[in-house]
Amino acid sequence: MEVFVVSLLNGLVYGMLLFMLASGLTLILSMMGVLNFAHASAYMLGAYFAFTISQHIGFWPALVIAPLLCGLIGAAIEMWGLRRVHRNGHVAELLFTFGLALIIEKVVQMTWGLLPVPYRIPELLDFPLFTIYGTHFPAYRAFMLLVSALMFGAIWLGLTRTRIGLIIQAALTHPEMASALGHNVPRIFTLVFAAGTALAGLAGVIGGNYQVTEPAMAFTMGPIVFVVVVFGGLGSLTGCFIASILMGLIQTFAVVFDVSLADLLARFGFVVTKETPFAEVLTVTLPRIGALLPFLMMVLILVFRPRGLMGTRDT
Amino acid sequence: MSAFRRHWIWLLALAVLLAFPFLFYDWTKGRHSGFVLTLMSEIGVMAIFALSYNMLMGQAGLLSFGHAVLFGLGAYCAAHVVNLVKAGTIWLPTELVPLAGGLGGMFFGYVLGWLVTKQRATAFAMITMGLGELVSAAALMFMGFFGGEGGISIDRVMDTSLLGVAYTSPWQVYCLVLAWAFIAAALMQLQTQTPLGRIANATRDNFERAQFVGYDPRMVRLLQFTLSGFFAGVGGGLYVLIYEIVTFDTVSAAKSANALLAVYIGGAGGFFGPILGTIVVVLLQSGVSLLSNAWLLYVGVLFIVMVMYAPGGLIGLIFMHAPIWRIGRLRELTVPYLKALPAALLILAGFVMLVELASFTTIGAAQGKKLAIAGAVIDTGSPLPWLVAAGALGLGILWMRFAARGFRARWDALIEDARRQGVMS
Repeated sequence: MEVFVVSLLNGLVYGMLLFMLASGLTLILSMMGVLNFAHASAYMLGAYFAFTISQHIGFWPALVIAPLLCGLIGAAIEMWGLRRVHRNGHVAELLFTFGLALIIEKVVQMTWGLLPVPYRIPELLDFPLFTIYGTHFPAYRAFMLLVSALMFGAIWLGLTRTRIGLIIQAALTHPEMASALGHNVPRIFTLVFAAGTALAGLAGVIGGNYQVTEPAMAFTMGPIVFVVVVFGGLGSLTGCFIASILMGLIQTFAVVFDVSLADLLARFGFVVTKETPFAEVLTVTLPRIGALLPFLMMVLILVFRPRGLMGTRDT
Repeated sequence: MSAFRRHWIWLLALAVLLAFPFLFYDWTKGRHSGFVLTLMSEIGVMAIFALSYNMLMGQAGLLSFGHAVLFGLGAYCAAHVVNLVKAGTIWLPTELVPLAGGLGGMFFGYVLGWLVTKQRATAFAMITMGLGELVSAAALMFMGFFGGEGGISIDRVMDTSLLGVAYTSPWQVYCLVLAWAFIAAALMQLQTQTPLGRIANATRDNFERAQFVGYDPRMVRLLQFTLSGFFAGVGGGLYVLIYEIVTFDTVSAAKSANALLAVYIGGAGGFFGPILGTIVVVLLQSGVSLLSNAWLLYVGVLFIVMVMYAPGGLIGLIFMHAPIWRIGRLRELTVPYLKALPAALLILAGFVMLVELASFTTIGAAQGKKLAIAGAVIDTGSPLPWLVAAGALGLGILWMRFAARGFRARWDALIEDARRQGVMS
């Protein structure tokens, strides 16, 4: 029971972090059709910006400034890069962001070095909030939950209750029609791209000190965010939210349960020995394949239900 | 004789490639330069790999992010076969080891392809990405087939050669790689002429219509994927023979990315584009990575510049000149090109200088290296070199804008003439 509750909380924190990254990507992907490989790079940039800013001014200003910087970079990329590449088709756009991800990783390495930087959580939040079953729950994780919940609320209100949100929703499904009605769809694209990048930057600010701030963080996070977006389904923020939480929970719970297929078979009286065919596959324990489960799920859902959990159209 | 006239370019390429290593031959010691031979063998293997990737991307319009899976699994199969031959369980000539890799790649191409080719476009790209991640993680997890982190090492000297060659020296291996590269390239070139190759083009351009005509696009994708797996596996088999070891990075995402970079930089449309792209990428990778920490940045920038300004790749840039060449007025472009050359060099010098300055202040300093040009150590902390570099870059860009205007006017006039003479459709 205690393991369950602690893992549940940790999974929730990780899932919300994933959602912060994935929500922006979902909007970008479903609206512009751009599979943005540089999205996780914005997450990394957010973490590094926050590290530098928090060294000079402090963590709290960084919480605002770093996402804004990321948003500006995103707007610049969209206006001067993607819009130009758009003429050459979707594959060119995708490859453009792929090249961008390579460059950003190298630039980060050249600016901040190859080793992880000591980006720590602020002292104000560096205390255990409460203790369950003898395990401390850090206040910073609660803060992460709070920030991501606030952000979720803000996105939801922004998309459903404001005029610009309604136009975004319209442009999401019917870009030509929205354009014909006199809305400046390219500008909305820029706005969405910048907002998505800023959200990824925000995730970097609060996620960089929760995980490790290093040049490889974009590369490890990127594929998982894709998994979440595809799993949740295109054009659906709710699906994206469910998928994020699900992935967060799966990844945390997989680490906890030390079981393998062989254990399951043993329940039914089938003992796996070294001579059994595929013994190696059967005896692999769940924690070892924990990081793989998301990809397995993505491949399966794409093969059998390409529109994802709650998607409105096929990927 | 007509066959010779049509295919002389292949023979010429073969002769050049055989002669090229002798430029680096060390006559005093009487042996080849090992570095050059390994580099050229690597280019040969990667060219096969890139061409097999182009069967998907260029011909069938399938963007795969996990093509290295087929390459790597083929390499693992070949390694196991070599070890079996060594142990005396089976008999196979050394020359046919790549074929074993190819059959392994084909097998996995069919099995995995059955899953992957259910979808197309973005979904296909995402499935292949997931599959790539799965396989590269599995390669570290399962000791039996993949050998874990240490990989599987072999000894290529098997004494089973059909030609009586021992394959002890890099030169012998290079000749084998060259032979296989030509066979594979020729087969892939022929494949584009087959009905399957044509229908793959059709499903790429308009898959609904191909379906309507009566072809099952999924079957086309599956067959194309399987064949592409065969050629990738041949590349993998050669890789094993060159390096005598196969590790998990042959199936990694980085390897897949290499194929993508090579094909796109070279040009996905034609047949020679991927080969050209491979040469550029491998040279950047092996040559520049010796000189600079930032080679990946150069590749990335080159890639982005290509995507933005030359979506047809290097080969596309070359073929743009075809109409002007046909009206016999290519010479008139010499002066505009010469005018733009110093500007381009200035931009290049300024950019490389800036990147290297940045790279030496952080990464280089951590490794204890110092930036030195012509023996003079440059202090990366002082503002002067930065100002010089930024100045060169800025000046180069301004100059280029000026030169480009004149170039464009000349170019447009020539293209207009070509159109008037009816050489352009």
